Amino acid sequence: MNLKIVVLAKQVPDTRNVGPDAMTPEGTVNRSALPAIFNPEDLNALEQALRLKDQNPGSTVIVITMGPGRAAEVIREAMYRGADGGYLLTDRAFAGADTLATSYALATAIKHVMPDADLIIGGRQAIDGDTAQVGPQVAEKLGLNQITYTEEVLSCQEGVITVKRHIDGGVETVESPLPCVLTVNGSAAPCRPRNVRRVMKFKRALCPMELPKDTTWADLPYAQDYENRPYLKLGQLTCADVDADLSQCGLAGSPTKVKNVENIVFKAKESKVLTGSDEDVNGLIQELLASHTIG
Amino acid sequence: MANFYSDIPEIKFELENSPLMPRIVELKERGFADKDQYAEAPQDQADAMDSYDKVLDIVGDITGNVIATNAEEVDAEGPHHENGRVRYASKTYENLEAMNKAGLNGMTMPRRYGGLNLPVTVYTAANEIVSTGDAGFENIWSLQDCIETLYCFGNEEQRQKYIPRVCAGETMSMDLTEPDAGSDLQSVMLKATYDEEAGCWRLNGSKRFITNGDSDIHLVLARSEAGTRDGRGLSMFIYDKRDGGVDVRRIENKLGIHGSPTCELVYKNAKCELCGDRKMGLIKYVMSLMNGARLGIAAQSVGLSQAAWNEALAYARDRKQFGKAIIEFPAVAEMLSNIKARLDAGRALLYQTARYVDIYKALEDIARERKLTPEERQEMKRFTKLADAFTPLAKGMNSEYANQNGYDCIQIHGGSGFMLEYACQRIYRDARITSIYEGTTQLQTVAAIRYVTNGFYASVIEEYAAQPVAPSLEPLKTIVGEMAAKFNACTAAVKAAENQELHDICARHLYEMAADVIMSYLLLQNATRDEALFGRSAQVYIHLVEAEVEKHNLWTSRMNTTLIENYRQA
Repeated sequence: MNLKIVVLAKQVPDTRNVGPDAMTPEGTVNRSALPAIFNPEDLNALEQALRLKDQNPGSTVIVITMGPGRAAEVIREAMYRGADGGYLLTDRAFAGADTLATSYALATAIKHVMPDADLIIGGRQAIDGDTAQVGPQVAEKLGLNQITYTEEVLSCQEGVITVKRHIDGGVETVESPLPCVLTVNGSAAPCRPRNVRRVMKFKRALCPMELPKDTTWADLPYAQDYENRPYLKLGQLTCADVDADLSQCGLAGSPTKVKNVENIVFKAKESKVLTGSDEDVNGLIQELLASHTIG
Repeated sequence: MANFYSDIPEIKFELENSPLMPRIVELKERGFADKDQYAEAPQDQADAMDSYDKVLDIVGDITGNVIATNAEEVDAEGPHHENGRVRYASKTYENLEAMNKAGLNGMTMPRRYGGLNLPVTVYTAANEIVSTGDAGFENIWSLQDCIETLYCFGNEEQRQKYIPRVCAGETMSMDLTEPDAGSDLQSVMLKATYDEEAGCWRLNGSKRFITNGDSDIHLVLARSEAGTRDGRGLSMFIYDKRDGGVDVRRIENKLGIHGSPTCELVYKNAKCELCGDRKMGLIKYVMSLMNGARLGIAAQSVGLSQAAWNEALAYARDRKQFGKAIIEFPAVAEMLSNIKARLDAGRALLYQTARYVDIYKALEDIARERKLTPEERQEMKRFTKLADAFTPLAKGMNSEYANQNGYDCIQIHGGSGFMLEYACQRIYRDARITSIYEGTTQLQTVAAIRYVTNGFYASVIEEYAAQPVAPSLEPLKTIVGEMAAKFNACTAAVKAAENQELHDICARHLYEMAADVIMSYLLLQNATRDEALFGRSAQVYIHLVEAEVEKHNLWTSRMNTTLIENYRQA
């Protein structure tokens, strides 16, 4: 069967290699100090989508990502690996969104670009916010079933998907009718590498947002390519394009308010320095026995 | 997230900084004629260079994050022999799958067969990078290069049948060696007979030491002319594993490159196809096959030297003795500096050779489509000669350097290096084969020595000497000039003696002198373009080989027909 699959992906600061300047003095993430990467679990999600496409030739995989112009890199990266195309959801009105506003924006976009999607697949969570809320909220907003913590898609035929999911202390296998939403765990199969032919083919793909100020497609190097190869013009959607309700977008649509961000420094409040003498060791044992820590 | 390409700026430098590169791109892309038919084809020079960079970035990424991380496990597990077949170490399949998914096969093949149409220089870089991660895996993957020989000498039907399969990831092997035919391939006895009834050739007999011997598509050297005993009775055949008839009798237990299965093969009436003309198997086709393979081993060796440098540097910075990191001790620092100098010099020679190969091969390919102009014919002749002269230098010197660098890498690790826990012992073991297979260093000397005696190296050295260098490097250039003078004087003296035995025993020394001088000039050119990247290596290398050249100078000038007596062991 030909599947229609949407992959939700996010560009995130690489919080796995945090240096001393990773946070601003105000306690927010210093995005310029951290390289922007494809959120790792979204890559796992992309792999599941591409495997389904491999097994079901003729299927379509598109990526939707929300962010500023540079987040279009996520779409290109996905296309290098096998995705057919993608959309950058970008608008000032989307800025400052919490998970509720983000999932509203994504769900609205999905309804707009692929209303008949069979599967919507995202990573379990992003490494900048670590909430794991966006996937499930998108499912709720679209009124679809959801399978979280996906480890592996076992089969997908005749409108039913069977998924092995990661749970505490083991795995369980569940089924759902299509369409449904999957969120994929980091322990699932890693994403395939970029394909050299696809990289050469799509390397000049751009979102309109990425064009330098006051330039048109015709002003770009290799301008004729954008004319002859429409796939080099990536999709871009604003709030208005997807008919989003402004009051549910961005900061306005975000009930989450950050009151305060604190730097937590772990300090030993009480400490004792013991030597290796018999006296100190005996003393410690007595103390631990008395507090019922041992014994 | 290691990337074995972008983390090593010297490779990118070698790719981008040669005046030969624009010519290579021009020849390879034929005026960018493919751009309307293939979306991945470049549109101009800059576009092609950008694509090469992006391709190698993917190779570097897969090597850093898949191949290198699997290397230890692959080395420990090795391949398995099951029912006459080979099953690779389990992680080898993971490596192969990543390379296939990335589309890194048939790299130099034309696009019309499903290839990437990349220059040999870019493919060489990919080889080097993969080898840095795992030299054993590099063997399996880089045997795709055999397709070059099938492309050059096979007929159109064979090209259309086999090249797309290799581009899609099927593996290859070259079945040459037999128990009694190692360095001496003229003695190959595997029998090829024409089966009139079935209308095809059949192979019977056995082969030994066949790298990746259970591959999908084999190029086989066999005796098609009954009753002959020398190279003129040998032809080349294509064996397709889908036809069956070849079994793996055993897999060798080796010192190194454990991931790469080395097989003994038994041919039982195996159906095969003749590739090219009868009797040309050894004389023409295997020579071409071997030249490609030798460049591959040179690249593998440079990759191993890079790995030795990575491991040695990391350990020397980390390990503390007598209250400080051992990198601070001059005795250790000297070893490290020499590893880096040999690495940079050998790499410069590798890529110079690859570029020479690229130009003649591209012209040779154009000659299949149209008549070359007289200028192009001249150019092809010149670059064929340069490639023939430089390939044995690049293979011999880099393989010896890889061994030395692996040795020094262990030395820097001290006792820990002798234990099997560190990667350095694998590098050392893997490097050991490089100076043996595809022609030992002694045979590289045999291949190269004619260019010593006919003055070809001397003429190339003269051209290199005429190239200007940065003013700060002039003093070094003077030293290299003196080294060249010693090389010329020794060559003249050995020739003047007119004694074959003296000539043979001095050959290796003259070979090394030529290589030392050539690499010195290449490093000076690199340092002139980027002193920050190569200035130090140029200094250290020339300091090192100036003394080497003097050693060879003394040795050859003292050698005479009386002294030779002492070396007769037979």
